Amino acid sequence: MLTDIMLFLERLPGIFKGAGELGIIYAVLALGVFISFRTLNTPDLTVDGSFVLGTAASAVLAATGHPYLSLIAAFLMGSMAGCVTSLLNTKLGIQPLLSGILVMLGLYSVNLRVMGGRPNIPISRDSTIFSIPLLEPLGDYKELALSLIILVIILALLSLFLNTRFGYVLRATGDNEGMVRAAGVNTDVTKLCGLAISNGLVALSGAMIAQYQGFSDIGMGTGMVVIGLSSVIIGEVVFGSKPLIRRLTAVALGSVLYRLIISIAFEIGMPPTDLKLVSAVIVAIALSASKIGGGLAKIKKKFTTGEDGGALNA
Amino acid sequence: MLELCGVSKTFMKGTANELDALKDVSFTLSQGEFAAIIGGNGSGKSTLLNCISGVYIPDGGSIKLDGEDITYKPEYKRAHAIGRVFQDPLKGTAFDMTIEENLAIAWYKGRPRNLRWGITRKDRELFREKLSRFELGLEDRMKDKAGLLSGGQRQALTLLMAIIVRPKLLLLDEHTAALDPATSRKVLELTKVFVKEEGIPTLMVTHNMKDAIEMSTRILMMNKGKLVLNVSGDDLKGITVDKLVDLFEEKSGEVLDNDRILLG
Ligand SMILES: Nc1ncnc2c1ncn2[C@@H]1O[C@H](COP(=O)(O)OP(=O)(O)OP(=O)(O)O)[C@@H](O)[C@H]1O
Ligand SMILES: [Mg+2]
Repeated sequence: MLTDIMLFLERLPGIFKGAGELGIIYAVLALGVFISFRTLNTPDLTVDGSFVLGTAASAVLAATGHPYLSLIAAFLMGSMAGCVTSLLNTKLGIQPLLSGILVMLGLYSVNLRVMGGRPNIPISRDSTIFSIPLLEPLGDYKELALSLIILVIILALLSLFLNTRFGYVLRATGDNEGMVRAAGVNTDVTKLCGLAISNGLVALSGAMIAQYQGFSDIGMGTGMVVIGLSSVIIGEVVFGSKPLIRRLTAVALGSVLYRLIISIAFEIGMPPTDLKLVSAVIVAIALSASKIGGGLAKIKKKFTTGEDGGALNA
Repeated sequence: MLELCGVSKTFMKGTANELDALKDVSFTLSQGEFAAIIGGNGSGKSTLLNCISGVYIPDGGSIKLDGEDITYKPEYKRAHAIGRVFQDPLKGTAFDMTIEENLAIAWYKGRPRNLRWGITRKDRELFREKLSRFELGLEDRMKDKAGLLSGGQRQALTLLMAIIVRPKLLLLDEHTAALDPATSRKVLELTKVFVKEEGIPTLMVTHNMKDAIEMSTRILMMNKGKLVLNVSGDDLKGITVDKLVDLFEEKSGEVLDNDRILLG
């Protein structure tokens, strides 16, 4: 027993490093999901497809010797996927959730095409964003450092963007669409831009993951929405949500925390195959937290004062 | 100046539930006028305002604002000229954004929504000054989220948002109806001072006949989608609630029925 604990403690730094790396890269995805889920107030299922689109674009382009360019290409391709979802919704009147599902489904074929018909392509270690000579002195920490730099740049750009005149109306669209139209803004445009940026970030995250892990696989996207949502919710609950810059940072930290929880769960014996179930349960609990919380408060009140908890609603 | 000519609107056309919400409504609202709209439940008051603001596109007739035909203009394209306050206090603001951010969204109406700062120091000073004139203490809470405000504070904020860029037309749809009597007074008082005295052309749906008579230069009464009464100028002098009710019953041949109408 004691030796078990000793062994676990010894592995802890490695667990933290691995979770940190993954958490930081997935934080980009979480920020993308934040934009659709929080600022536009629609859970967007395109994510599962646009994530793989990012991994595919990155794998193909990195092989031609342009790993950095591949990040930009991935962002743009993800944005296009987001645009299609938004247009299906705003121009053809298909429900937001269904629009996302349709694009996700279509992207499966698109992604296979991008990958030249193969379900899995490897990426050479010598041709990734992490393999440039500039990063050599960092040794084992180069993945962590580079991912962190990219994340900080994105956080900065995003918080600047959301505080512009356009950013304001984008954020208000999810809150109160009617009010945004009453302020003279075409909400079709704000939704389009929102989903474009959201899926662009998701694809960018996919591109970085592919280069970090050394391959792109057609099945990598399953459940990415849920992972993004977990990070958003965990982040906001643990690290706070006011003001906006803190909220964005919290979402990024939420992603790292989520990875850490998952890694430790693996360490203490959770089978990797249970990962998706655990993620789904976490999100279900988090989304119902306010309801469960309210219910608990009611019960508590009933027991402590002997009165009906209904007064809480007053 | 607002000119409506034969405006009609039918909901669920071609179904068994077909409903004529507006039938051939015509009237003119001149510069600086303040008009009250009174009518029974479901008589089409909100539908009329929604057609003018572009939420619904009418099936027939035309709507002109300052000479421009806006009948078929999309809502967001005419919004810069029209201010609106709704009955539901939740409808006018973005609850997850701060008071000053809400005001900034309204303030940049009609100007490009580009990548400049959403709010500048100068804007903030202006908002603070305007809010302080409302005397609700909101000027010290500009960084609070709009969702934290009470219904009355929110209606006041929405009113300021509607007029901060002087609109060509202001539409108030029972904007005090969801508030308690004291708060309702306060918001109506603000409406008098900042809208009526400023001479912003206004259409106000109300169920308070006394307020209507006291504030308006024109009274419009609706029944089942029709405009049955349009009183202004000399005809309005010495009018009382009883006289209005009589006139309404004479013209429409029906009893004025609205469970919320205050006759007193
Ligand atoms: N979007 C809609 N679809 C179908 N019917 C509608 C719609 N909006 C309004 N109606 C119907 O049109 C009629 C007029 O409604 P409207 O909301 O204009 O009445 P109102 O005069 O504002 O009434 P109230 O005093 O209750 O607010 C009602 O019978 C209503 O049920
Ligand atoms: Mg109404």
